[in-house]
Amino acid sequence: MAKETSDQTLTSNDQSRDKKQIAIEILKKYGIVFVLILMVIGISFLSPRFLTPNNIFNVLTQSAIFGIMALGMTLIITSKGIDLSVGSVLALTGVVAASLGQTAMANNKYFEGLAEMPLIVPVIAALALGAFLGSINGGLIAYTGIPPFIATLGMMTVARGFALIYTGGSPISNLTSSFTSLGGNIGVFPIPVIIYAVAVAITWVLLNNTRFGKNVYAIGGNVKAAEVSGVNVKKNLIMIYAYGGMLAGVAAIVFAGRVGSVHPGAATGYELTAIAATTIGGTSHAGGIGTIWGAVVGALVLGVLRNGLTLLGVDAYWQQIVEGMIIIVAVIIDMRKNAKKK
Amino acid sequence: MIPFPILHQVIMYEMGWSKVTEKPNVLEMKNIVKNFPGVQALKNAELTVRDGEIHALMGENGAGKSTLMKCLIGIHPQTSGEIYFNGNLIENYSTADTLKMGISMIHQELNPVENRPIMENIWLGREPKNRFGLVDHQKMYEMSKEVLEIIDLKEDPRTEMRHLTVAKMQMIEIAKAISYNAKLIIMDEPTSALTSREVDQLFGIMRKLKENGKSIIYISHKLDEIFAIADRVTVLRDGEYVGTEETENLTVEKMINMMVGRDVTDLFPKVTCEIGDVKLEVKNLTGEKLFSNVSFDVRKGEILGVAGLVGAGRTEVIEAIFGIRSKTEGEVWIDGQQVEINSSEDAIRNGMALLTEDRRMNGIFPMLNVLQNMSISNMKKYVGKFNLVNHNDMKEDCTRYIDALSVRTPSMYQRIENLSGGNQQKVLVARWLLTEPEILFLDEPTRGIDVGAKAEIHKLITNLAGQGKTIVMISSELPEVMGMSDRIMVMHEGRVTGIIDNRKDLTQAEIMRYATGAMDEKTA
Ligand SMILES: Nc1ncnc2c1ncn2[C@@H]1O[C@H](COP(=O)(O)OP(=O)(O)OP(=O)(O)O)[C@@H](O)[C@H]1O
Ligand SMILES: [Mg+2]
Repeated sequence: MAKETSDQTLTSNDQSRDKKQIAIEILKKYGIVFVLILMVIGISFLSPRFLTPNNIFNVLTQSAIFGIMALGMTLIITSKGIDLSVGSVLALTGVVAASLGQTAMANNKYFEGLAEMPLIVPVIAALALGAFLGSINGGLIAYTGIPPFIATLGMMTVARGFALIYTGGSPISNLTSSFTSLGGNIGVFPIPVIIYAVAVAITWVLLNNTRFGKNVYAIGGNVKAAEVSGVNVKKNLIMIYAYGGMLAGVAAIVFAGRVGSVHPGAATGYELTAIAATTIGGTSHAGGIGTIWGAVVGALVLGVLRNGLTLLGVDAYWQQIVEGMIIIVAVIIDMRKNAKKK
Repeated sequence: MIPFPILHQVIMYEMGWSKVTEKPNVLEMKNIVKNFPGVQALKNAELTVRDGEIHALMGENGAGKSTLMKCLIGIHPQTSGEIYFNGNLIENYSTADTLKMGISMIHQELNPVENRPIMENIWLGREPKNRFGLVDHQKMYEMSKEVLEIIDLKEDPRTEMRHLTVAKMQMIEIAKAISYNAKLIIMDEPTSALTSREVDQLFGIMRKLKENGKSIIYISHKLDEIFAIADRVTVLRDGEYVGTEETENLTVEKMINMMVGRDVTDLFPKVTCEIGDVKLEVKNLTGEKLFSNVSFDVRKGEILGVAGLVGAGRTEVIEAIFGIRSKTEGEVWIDGQQVEINSSEDAIRNGMALLTEDRRMNGIFPMLNVLQNMSISNMKKYVGKFNLVNHNDMKEDCTRYIDALSVRTPSMYQRIENLSGGNQQKVLVARWLLTEPEILFLDEPTRGIDVGAKAEIHKLITNLAGQGKTIVMISSELPEVMGMSDRIMVMHEGRVTGIIDNRKDLTQAEIMRYATGAMDEKTA
């Protein structure tokens, strides 16, 4: 929401001081955007290849997969939860989708004799399975009261195990051309980026303009307030985690389309990247605070960083170190933003 | 004027009732029992509320008032007993159902979602939707404006809750309860954070609601309020029904006797004690926007009362002195020496203690038990050999204070969140008393505390002053300020408008004139 409440009538005397304060407020609130802009300027200075349209789409495409997961993660963390299982859920939904999306003549055909399915079949399968796994997370948290960290830690291991059992440990490849075309372009726009953009739009509306979204904030901000106001907390928790799982399914489809095959060990550690993107974007682990634009900017910060450092020829190991430090700095900045002392 | 009951009969007669009957009951609660693990909170509670009446529910801290209300609205379903609403037995329902039936409640412990706007707090769980099924923010904004107008609160509905003072949050809770348009509204100590002006305003609203045929259950420890607003009173003691009386047939003494089971004689046991040298001196303290140029001093053995309307900046000043709020200018002197206090640690090292106004947010550790909550600020004292904690001393102190303040808890190992509101407050008072501070800041020390315990706490405060301690006490209850203080500092909109010597003939009206800014020593 662009509605701000700081416009008060000012006397001319106070005005310059208040302008400065407003500037500080904006800097605090959108600080991470400035960080992103600075990074872009800095890297493009050092590497002329960075700001080419080609490379920009490249960054966006690379960011799309964990960017999509970060959207669901934003809802989850805003509700004062966490989801460690999305990487494994991506793998499991990915292998299932891939097994339903092989060409008729594929070698290592998973379902022997299965005709070539229209793309919608693996897509629906991945989304439904993702939502189902997520709803198990949510159900465990809502009905047994175990902490989200534990519930999803369990799911992380279980889903990975099922992915390995389902595939016997080997990747599923030879996907249909309609499936792999998801890795391509429409006009100049890469399809993963388009899917990401649609997911951003939908999640944005969901969080800001639906009752469900308001409930997410209320549950994270003060679960008791939500309860006494008649919010069905349990149902909402299930929906929140189901949505997160479903987005992992969407990410799985994008993954499969780009790579052309899915390995049961795929996306290991992606949950942490998604959490990192969400956190950099200012979503508070204390609950009740989180924005979709933040999740997008957070994902882009990571995407630009990885791409830029690679372009600059920085060693991959060093990249990790930089990434880790960025996350910590982002959270420190964020804590100051929400500090109570005035 | 015709007395109400007679008028009532006349109306009934005019309307053609052949037989004058009592107004129907909107609510009947019978033989309510509620067990918590290890505690029987309600033994045999009863409550009958008529249509269009304001019904006060009274009792000591821990008597079971809040619990009875939580049974009613489905947060803690009763162990046994029956509840009739509008004549129908109601069973197996959730809080959401009670809201739909037409029962809404203002909770004793505030429940704001702090990082969300006022309007989302008010309409949480029932946000208006547009034809696409999406939340209609514009409509929500306008609806909120309307509700805020009813309670006469000039605050932008888009302001985030965390920017509001406790009193304003309380007003928002009231607005929210009204917005449900419920038949029965429960108010659990709604005025504990409000000052007299806001209380008057609230009473105005309550009367209006009553005229519109709503019933209100009103819980408060302030007896004068009960006499001002309630039609009938029901008293609980130790979870048991004591009785229901028409307010007009009651006296203060009788009501206290029903609640406590004995007479409480001296509510303000103020003894004038020897006043020593200046202990604390504050010079030109200024903080961003909220207060400016605050100067005062307090002596050893003196109780300085701080009066003012909510929002006058009293809490902020104290927090700044205590180092937990930044100041732009000003000095603090202790024993004639300037001190630099930038954190609560500095403050405690300088012999200060602060009992905060809002126990939910700044005071209690809800998940920890009474013992831990009480001893947390005094750990230094219990550290013994090898830097290990001596638990025996700790428990001894705790037992002593549970006793001294009659904290009602099954044991010192009970989680503090399971105590009644007033008893939580007592634990916090004990926490600071244990640190044996030289300078004690008390911000609304008896908020939500029943008459009996209030007298206890007053006695303790007076005793501390008698031992030469310096006490600064913020209170929005003028009788308390006037009954306890040696001098009274009054604030208005962030400035000190007067520091008055307490005299026998000092009137509330005089203090109010300073508090509303009508009288100002500095400009006069
Ligand atoms: N969830 C709980 N678990 C265990 N005991 C509880 C719980 N809630 C309340 N109690 C106990 O029930 C008793 C009644 O508490 P209740 O909050 O109803 O008192 P109250 O009359 O509202 O007091 P106050 O005036 O201080 O608000 C207390 O002894 C309290 O410790
Ligand atoms: Mg209570």
